[in-house]
Amino acid sequence: MDQFILQILNGLDKGSAYALIALGLTLIFGTLGVVNFAHGALFMLGSFCAVTLSKFLSLSHKIVDETRTDFLGNPMEVDVPYVHDWFGVAAGDAIIDWAVPLSLIFAIPIMIGIGYVMERGLIKHFYKRPHADQILVTFGLAIVIQEIVKYYYGANPIPTPAPSAFKGSFDFGVLVGFDANAIIYPYWRLVYFFFSLVIIGAVFAFLRFTTFGMVVRAGMADRETVGLLGIDIDKRFTIMFGIAAAVAGLAGVMYVPINPPNYHMGMDFLVLSFVVVVVGGMGSLPGAVAAGFLLGILESFASTSWAVSNLPGINQVIIYLVAIIILLTRPRGLMGRKGVMEE
Amino acid sequence: MSKSNFSRRGVLKTGAIAGAGLALPTYLRADSHTGFTNAPGASEVVLGFNVPQTGPYADEGADELRAYELAVEHLNGGGDGGMLSTFSSKVLDGTGILGREVKYVTGDTQTKSDAARASARSMIEKDGAIMITGGSSSGVAVAVQALCQEAGVIFMAGLTHSNDTTGKDKRANGFRHFFNSYMSGAALAPVLAAQYGTDRKAYHLTADYNWGYTTEEAVRSSTEALGWETVNAVKTPLTQTDFSSYIAPVLNSGADVLVLNHYGGNMVNSLTNAVQFGLRQAQANGKQFEIVVPLYSELMARGAGENIAGILGSQNWDWKLENEKGARYSGTNAFVKSFGEKYGFPPSQAAHTTYVQTLLYADAVTRAGSFNPCAVVEALEGFEFDGLGSGPTLYRADDHQCFKDVVVVRGKENPENEFDLVEIVEVTPVDQVTYDPEHPQFAGGALGTCNPGA
Repeated sequence: MDQFILQILNGLDKGSAYALIALGLTLIFGTLGVVNFAHGALFMLGSFCAVTLSKFLSLSHKIVDETRTDFLGNPMEVDVPYVHDWFGVAAGDAIIDWAVPLSLIFAIPIMIGIGYVMERGLIKHFYKRPHADQILVTFGLAIVIQEIVKYYYGANPIPTPAPSAFKGSFDFGVLVGFDANAIIYPYWRLVYFFFSLVIIGAVFAFLRFTTFGMVVRAGMADRETVGLLGIDIDKRFTIMFGIAAAVAGLAGVMYVPINPPNYHMGMDFLVLSFVVVVVGGMGSLPGAVAAGFLLGILESFASTSWAVSNLPGINQVIIYLVAIIILLTRPRGLMGRKGVMEE
Repeated sequence: MSKSNFSRRGVLKTGAIAGAGLALPTYLRADSHTGFTNAPGASEVVLGFNVPQTGPYADEGADELRAYELAVEHLNGGGDGGMLSTFSSKVLDGTGILGREVKYVTGDTQTKSDAARASARSMIEKDGAIMITGGSSSGVAVAVQALCQEAGVIFMAGLTHSNDTTGKDKRANGFRHFFNSYMSGAALAPVLAAQYGTDRKAYHLTADYNWGYTTEEAVRSSTEALGWETVNAVKTPLTQTDFSSYIAPVLNSGADVLVLNHYGGNMVNSLTNAVQFGLRQAQANGKQFEIVVPLYSELMARGAGENIAGILGSQNWDWKLENEKGARYSGTNAFVKSFGEKYGFPPSQAAHTTYVQTLLYADAVTRAGSFNPCAVVEALEGFEFDGLGSGPTLYRADDHQCFKDVVVVRGKENPENEFDLVEIVEVTPVDQVTYDPEHPQFAGGALGTCNPGA
């Protein structure tokens, strides 16, 4: 039982990332009809927003410490962050420590901006082209973005830890009456899970309870009619692309303390997120979220040593296996709408 | 009246034969009179540096390339000479190799066997490289080594730690200076027993490919011989990015040590996840829970940041060796000085092994008095040397593996900078890591005979 709960918890944080990326993908597909293979790159760019702010806050000047020597035997140059000079050592360290949550504020406008430029600059020229063309151009864009990031940040992962207050883990098992060490769960993964719920809730509320959201939903249902009513639906869809980019970016920012980011992390998530979208049902936002969590949890269960020893390799194919079963039994996915990608 | 000797048939025949000759790959016909592939001209010789310049190991490749450039500079008489002054063999005098200026070409392995073979082939066929060196994975090393054997050039392996490179996949034209999985296990086990006791239960997470298997086997057999028990060993996909599902059950498995047979990005993420899940603070079986990473890469360890604190592992070499362990490791400081002054930071073990391999090749050619691969093989086989940073070393003739001391390191609790992440715990003497050429972990395969090509 404790292992069961443990793997559900593990699946939830993995599922959170899948759900957030798939949500953005579905928003773009549902509004603009574009299959965006650069969405993983947006997730990665979000992560690098956190890396950049963390590096920016750690910008230092050097002072020579005559009492110590460097590896060549010269007096050692010690880095002193500017924030130490400006705010004092304790406050400066606290600011650097909270770099990742602070990046959220910084990442939202940047990611919306990137999304806006991406849509206006490139993707809008491919609306009337076949899906294969859209996939090729967005995939190409993803590779270009990756290489740019690698050029500036290198190929190695860059450690960007969570604030000290959220480091480490807690014994969830003891809280619910199991033995000590039975269910250990890191604080930050819990933060990530709740953060994803907040973002998902905010996106749904935005679409459900605002006039803007209502128009967008109407546009998703029947773009032509909404256009005929004199509403500039294209502009709203462009903004939705920006919002989808921001959702992927925020998912990336908060993911940084879980695993150190590198330039190809987006690709690792992209394929799985597409499977999530297809399983959830093309164009269905609740489907994308539900499938994200479902596949995250299934992946966790398939990675247990019991599963791997009884069904070798199951951990690597489980998601695709489930996708095949769902598509055979429910060809439109879990919550797919009739008519999407069927014309 | 003169009578022409040309017949239509004769011209066509001659043309076809000449055309076929010209169309042959360069390496098959080049300088056939010398009897070996890519024999250099009188003024220069070309070496091929095949390193990952793109892909996840690009930073390691960049450090390898820095070391190669430094080695070429020193061989050609530039800079401060680096290890040329400490090397026990004194035939290299800064005039290139056998009086020829050393030039080099580079290829990008992308850490993919196919790409690595293609770039090595291109350097051999198009650029006339007489020796190929580099790489940062065993898959690449084994693939390129086999290619060099077929093509008739020498392969001086870079970063490759799998037993198979000088085990079942060994080749007469291939040589490895870097240590291997067996040596890591043999060096680590006594230190693990001394630090953590002999009554320990280990849980292995192993990258699901060749290097992972040989490392798990080596560490398991070495630690089990000292009394440890292995409670579980789980293979993890090479493409895995989040290891939480594999890490989470560890604490409740009865194990009190986690061995991460992971390298590169896998290691960074699995170690980060293990620390996140509180394994470093946990108690199991009444003991402090411990994590072990058999093969350390200082460059990749930077990615794991503070999570490496207190974690034991092994290295081929460390830039602090001579300062901390004395003159046995002479050459280390000379290399660190040249490298540090040129690039501004200390060299990694990747840089060290590739620099040394280049010098060893140049030295072997000079001692042999020939670039012929078979003469080079003969000069390197059984060659004993010193002064290249790792203490007295033997290039064993049976399998073309270098035998030297192995460094056991631990992640520093409070590193001063990103180049000073580990501290040396112990240097395991070469005798303890030497094995029989017929050892089961290296069984199968044959060295064969050297191929001079042409």
